[in-house]
Amino acid sequence: MKYLFYPGCSMQRNAKSYLDSLLALQDKIGAEFIELDDWNCCGATEYSSVNRTASHALVGRNLAIAQDMSNGTNTLMAACSACYLNLQKTDHYMGEDGLFDERINDALAAGDLHYDAGSLDVRHALDVIFNDVGLENIKKQVVKPLKGLKVAAYYGCMIVRPDVNNKYGNPEYPNILEELLSALGAEVVDFPMKTHCCSGHMTQISGETAYELIRRLAYGATQYDADMLVTLCPMCQLNIDAYQAETNRFFNTDYEVPILYFTQLMGLAFGIDAKDLGIGKEFVDPRPALAKIGVEVEEEAPVPRRSKKKDEGLPMPKMPGNAGGEN
Amino acid sequence: MTVTTEMRKQKGPWIDQLKGRALIEWVEDRTPGDSRLEMCIQCGTCGGSCPSGQDMDHTPRQLFAMLRAELEEEVLASNTPWFCVSCYLCTVRCPQDVKITDIMYTIKTLAVAEGRSAANTARDFSESFIGYVERYGRGFEFGLATRHALLHMPMSVPGLVELGLGMLTKGRMDMTPHKIEKIDQLHKILNRAKELEAML
Repeated sequence: MKYLFYPGCSMQRNAKSYLDSLLALQDKIGAEFIELDDWNCCGATEYSSVNRTASHALVGRNLAIAQDMSNGTNTLMAACSACYLNLQKTDHYMGEDGLFDERINDALAAGDLHYDAGSLDVRHALDVIFNDVGLENIKKQVVKPLKGLKVAAYYGCMIVRPDVNNKYGNPEYPNILEELLSALGAEVVDFPMKTHCCSGHMTQISGETAYELIRRLAYGATQYDADMLVTLCPMCQLNIDAYQAETNRFFNTDYEVPILYFTQLMGLAFGIDAKDLGIGKEFVDPRPALAKIGVEVEEEAPVPRRSKKKDEGLPMPKMPGNAGGEN
Repeated sequence: MTVTTEMRKQKGPWIDQLKGRALIEWVEDRTPGDSRLEMCIQCGTCGGSCPSGQDMDHTPRQLFAMLRAELEEEVLASNTPWFCVSCYLCTVRCPQDVKITDIMYTIKTLAVAEGRSAANTARDFSESFIGYVERYGRGFEFGLATRHALLHMPMSVPGLVELGLGMLTKGRMDMTPHKIEKIDQLHKILNRAKELEAML
């Protein structure tokens, strides 16, 4: 199956491991992801705070490019939840609101582009993998079941809400990620916070607001005894991974909840090398959890440091009676 | 008390943008699709569902009541839309199907056009973000993070340096932006879109 693929800015860098792991699955799941030509940013949650028409015209350019490329497939797939939602919303509102559609196409015409609302089916990578590939085919590819690994499925917000095309059925308590992770052999723990907010961009705006939301998720995962959270969104991964230390400092806590992408766990179960799945770039080390399923991850080559001065320093006087020397 | 045109004129330059409409109508007109803003029954499900509600000046329900009462200056001065995390929990739970998250975005656009500082940090973050998008066609995390941190969180910079270095050494952040090929085409589209927005 062929799919048009919109990677989005996050997956180029901070969530590169999500991109690498997703692309590494292609052969195993019989899918081909065709990257959109010269795509631009989706505007995240920022552009629509500044100019509504421009924010949707920005997305409209990507939709128009995708429509032009849609030879043999009309599925436009995104793996980042914010990208997915923005593509979906622009398409949806253009279909619902004629005047809005006119405005967006008027703007697109300035760049010799046009988009026909409804001509693409905007889907998230999880939806494509769960519904098109299917659990039976996924199970066939599993060579290293994730037996003994306790995972909490974490969806975040934008994949299931507002879900304008009602693809997920339940905006607060979806279940397909759990089913997928179970099919990989993992033990899925209950996690009532599965669609709670990771704080989005609030880490940049109000630390107090953000850290509380991150704390709740780390607390929830710990309470339910999860070895790790499994996500499908670069923003969720970044907030919980990179800001967990800051959250711990803020609340004087010591949470250590690693968070990986579902595509990385699929890759591991399919026997793909951890390195090819981008594992090893996390702030909260997932290796202790991965050791439970016999996955060893080479440590990233440490940044060369100047040798510590201690080696060349003057000998320190020893306390009398401390015959053992150091300590 | 009805708000007269004279009284409205004293409110500030943003009033010109409304073109004689009440802010509530302006928001409805500018929000794509049907915002259903006028359907709010003041039940408070939104505020009770909001993960960042505790840090907001007003709950969404209160803000909508203020819009109806034409307390427009107060609406624009409220930090509420800026503390919206776009989780859409209120939107899916609203019994009246009010597009609450979308309405929050639209209210923010007026505050941006007005250059006001109800939530300076949030507004500036959005503007910096789109500044890079408009220049390169893609987001630029390194530029955004460093600019934003220095402007708004100078006291936290020492702590953030650790995070930033981590991002760089783990290969999770680029120090140079990526520019799309047809940036001129994007500029033409965005400029036309801004003209059209101004006509609304």
